[in-house]
Amino acid sequence: MAKTTFRIWRGDANHAKFVEYETDISEGMVVLDAIHRIQAEQANDLAVRWNCKAGKCGSCSAEINGNPKLMCMTRMSDLPEDQPITVEPMRAFPLIKDLVTDVSWNFKVKEKMKPFTPRPPDAEDGTWRMEQEDIDHVQEFRKCIECFLCQDVCHVLREHELHEEFIGPRLFVYAASLEMHPIDTENRLAELKDTDGIGYCNITKCCTKVCPEHITITDNAIIPLKERVVDEFYDPVKKLFRIFSS
Amino acid sequence: MSAYETYDYDILIIGAGGAGLRAAIEAAASNLSVGLICKSLLGKAHTVMAEGGVAAALANVDERDNWRVHFADTMRGGQYLSNARMAELHAKEAPEQVRELEAWGALFDRTADGSILQRNFGGHQYPRLAHVGDRTGLEMIRALQDHGIHQGIEVHMEHTIVSLLKNGERIAGAFGYEREKGRFKIFSAKAVVLATGGIGKAYKVTSNSWEYTGDGHSLAYHAGAELIDMEFVQFHPTGMVWPPSVRGILVTEGVRGEGGILTNSEGRRFMFDDIPELYKNQTADNPEEGWRYTQGDRDARRPPELLTRDHVARCIVREVEEGRGSPHGGVFLDIAWIKEKLPNAAEHIRRKLPSMYHQFKELADIDITVEPMEVGPTTHYIMGGIRVDADTQMTAVPGLFAAGECAAGLHGANRLGGNSLSDLLVFGKRAGEYAAQFAAENGNAQIDTAQVDAIAAEVLKPFENSPEGDNPYQIQAQLQEMMQELVGIARSQESLTQALEEIQGLAEKARAVHAIGNREYNAGWHTALDLDNLLTVSEAIALAALERRASIGAHSRDDYPEKEEPRAGKYNTVIQKTPDGTMTIRRNLIPELREDLQTIIAEMG
Ligand SMILES: Cc1cc2nc3c(=O)[nH]c(=O)nc-3n(C[C@H](O)[C@H](O)[C@H](O)COP(=O)(O)OP(=O)(O)OC[C@H]3O[C@@H](n4cnc5c(N)ncnc54)[C@H](O)[C@@H]3O)c2cc1C
Ligand code: SF4
Ligand code: SF4
Ligand code: FES
Repeated sequence: MAKTTFRIWRGDANHAKFVEYETDISEGMVVLDAIHRIQAEQANDLAVRWNCKAGKCGSCSAEINGNPKLMCMTRMSDLPEDQPITVEPMRAFPLIKDLVTDVSWNFKVKEKMKPFTPRPPDAEDGTWRMEQEDIDHVQEFRKCIECFLCQDVCHVLREHELHEEFIGPRLFVYAASLEMHPIDTENRLAELKDTDGIGYCNITKCCTKVCPEHITITDNAIIPLKERVVDEFYDPVKKLFRIFSS
Repeated sequence: MSAYETYDYDILIIGAGGAGLRAAIEAAASNLSVGLICKSLLGKAHTVMAEGGVAAALANVDERDNWRVHFADTMRGGQYLSNARMAELHAKEAPEQVRELEAWGALFDRTADGSILQRNFGGHQYPRLAHVGDRTGLEMIRALQDHGIHQGIEVHMEHTIVSLLKNGERIAGAFGYEREKGRFKIFSAKAVVLATGGIGKAYKVTSNSWEYTGDGHSLAYHAGAELIDMEFVQFHPTGMVWPPSVRGILVTEGVRGEGGILTNSEGRRFMFDDIPELYKNQTADNPEEGWRYTQGDRDARRPPELLTRDHVARCIVREVEEGRGSPHGGVFLDIAWIKEKLPNAAEHIRRKLPSMYHQFKELADIDITVEPMEVGPTTHYIMGGIRVDADTQMTAVPGLFAAGECAAGLHGANRLGGNSLSDLLVFGKRAGEYAAQFAAENGNAQIDTAQVDAIAAEVLKPFENSPEGDNPYQIQAQLQEMMQELVGIARSQESLTQALEEIQGLAEKARAVHAIGNREYNAGWHTALDLDNLLTVSEAIALAALERRASIGAHSRDDYPEKEEPRAGKYNTVIQKTPDGTMTIRRNLIPELREDLQTIIAEMG
């Protein structure tokens, strides 16, 4: 068993700093295990979110050695051994305490978006028929575990703090899952352009790089949405062309 | 004026997993005010982790399926200790409930003709589990969540209820704290629905998260409701065993549904060695037939790997105990072998079981398309729980309802995989509906603030206890080790009596645990408060396990290996709190089955 030093961000919105802890690391441990060990043995009141410990719930997001990651899916053996490991909360959200941030903004923004609105059922049994190949790409978006790591790295939120004008990559993925849903009938393009701020995204792809679910956020969700917005509002001919050729 | 922030709802739902969300949606449909409380953020409840699928006799893949077969499968799986009316309602209503999710945006995997695809699972006669790869729970909770947020439900995330409030016999609301600042809140309500999930954190090796401390079971018990069949704790046969830090994390039964096989250190498919009488004529007697079954051959019988979970778990324990285990104390689960049968096996596995592939690759450095996994039993689910009326889900306390994993009745001595997600939908909906009806028919009940003050003082005690008191995490760990050791898969009078004694000792220590720091988002304090719930459910499990002197379903007694106690008949164990505060247990004989249901069971063999 090797001893490893952790520098963990401790404190609340008024005052916080790195505090060092040393703990034993055994085979196969992930960062969340180490945090739990420190919590159980040395810092009972350490605040940290987690649920599934298997990358399924998106609770344990943090910045580990500066990289946005799920703590439960980051193996200790993948981190450099010779220096302390820093664990900080997501920096794009207000701190509540220690590793826990206030992510309620994401929930509020989602609530304001137009909900799923299916066309009337058209199969004989009162449901719908959908081909697997027509839902594959929407299923990709629906893999999202709402860890908000993509929101954390997006410079429009993190640096420019445009929370009032820009909904961020997670919610573009959500919008895409609705817009491309084979039986949804709603049109969200005006909102995407005006209130959701899709134009602020300059396709840096930082969000895609950190997504633990490997959702191709930029290429598969944001760019197609941008194209639809352009077609709808700036290029009616292209729009018609797309409708007829699809 | 109350000193606490107070909220007033017609219906209060405690828990925002599948059951709680479904109940909230239903209750909100009646235009009454609905409050919804959960310990984590919205969408993070256990339901999100469910992998394999939701059971419903849609008959999309095999038209021979219908509610009768599903009913009979559930009853057989539960060793006929299930509440037959619940099993009937469940089997009949699950298909409609699954279709409704689709109307709310869920996208299940499809059949070739564009309907909802269904897969094989243990104990289900036909392919019955609607699924999305191996992330069905995520799809379900997200569909419910995204629909639910537009129904006018008020959600309180990261709040914990510590006590139910009553007025005389009747429910009056609940009392709890919010995590962020540790402030107390009163929720007054005409009707309350408990949908708090399970108890897995009472054990050391579990697939469950920190939330599963049996809160609903304990809240209901202390409020005067009954707990039934608490001895039936499901040990899922396939949890990860290596590396140590991931021990207990679930490996979905879907792996076996897709053709995965269990082997021991000698390479033998040991599941063929012991096929229970009850399942003999439904089970393949050679590997070839088993494989054909997983590939949809309708004339083939299912492989023994897909026998019920209680049985598979016991077989694994036997292999390990008799020295034929894998290097880290489990057995092998092999899906990679299907490359002998399928040309593009690796790709097929990654598509059908993406999160299993991911989980083993990232947490154990194992590529499941190439190598076998090592697996062993993990505490997964509790069949027992709060006793409810089959139709309305109301408990013995007027106005108090329960649904989902914390309620009991549907699963009897053993739950079939996939029957929980459908349980949440069917009975979550019913609980919401009948809670709304109760709220509409009954006025507000006054809340007694003296009662609340007393609870608040109790909740703050860990801060006031002497720093000499134990660290709450230590007591939790001691309890978990003890339960694992003494009240686990193999039990005996001796182990259970000892467990009950140790629980008393730990309860004493728990009263003196010390919490450091302040009330803001303080995990140590929360752990201290959860101890009371964990101890209550642990005592209930051990007491019920002592009472049932037989080995049936998920409950195994080394000292009573027989399935039935002679002349005892079929019964449920019922636990209740006496006026002096002690836990009592009695048996309740299961009434004779309705004739038409008997006929179904007889017909299905
Ligand atoms: C890894 C895994 C895989 C599974 N796979 C399947 C599967 O494939 N098919 C299947 O049918 N079943 C499966 N199950 C079982 C199934 O997922 C659960 O039984 C089911 O999701 C429980 O749902 P629920 O709504 O009852 O509770 P949960 O979804 O656990 O929700 C409980 C809610 O109650 C809240 N709560 C608890 N205590 C309090 C309190 N004191 N105050 C306030 N709120 C509280 C929690 O915060 C949470 O919101 C699986 C379980 C696990 C762990
Ligand atoms: S691609 Fe767009 S949304 Fe993603 S991080 Fe860059 S700017 Fe933000
Ligand atoms: S899109 Fe990916 S990174 Fe963003 S919230 Fe979802 S899972 Fe997390
Ligand atoms: S704990 Fe669920 S994603 Fe890490």
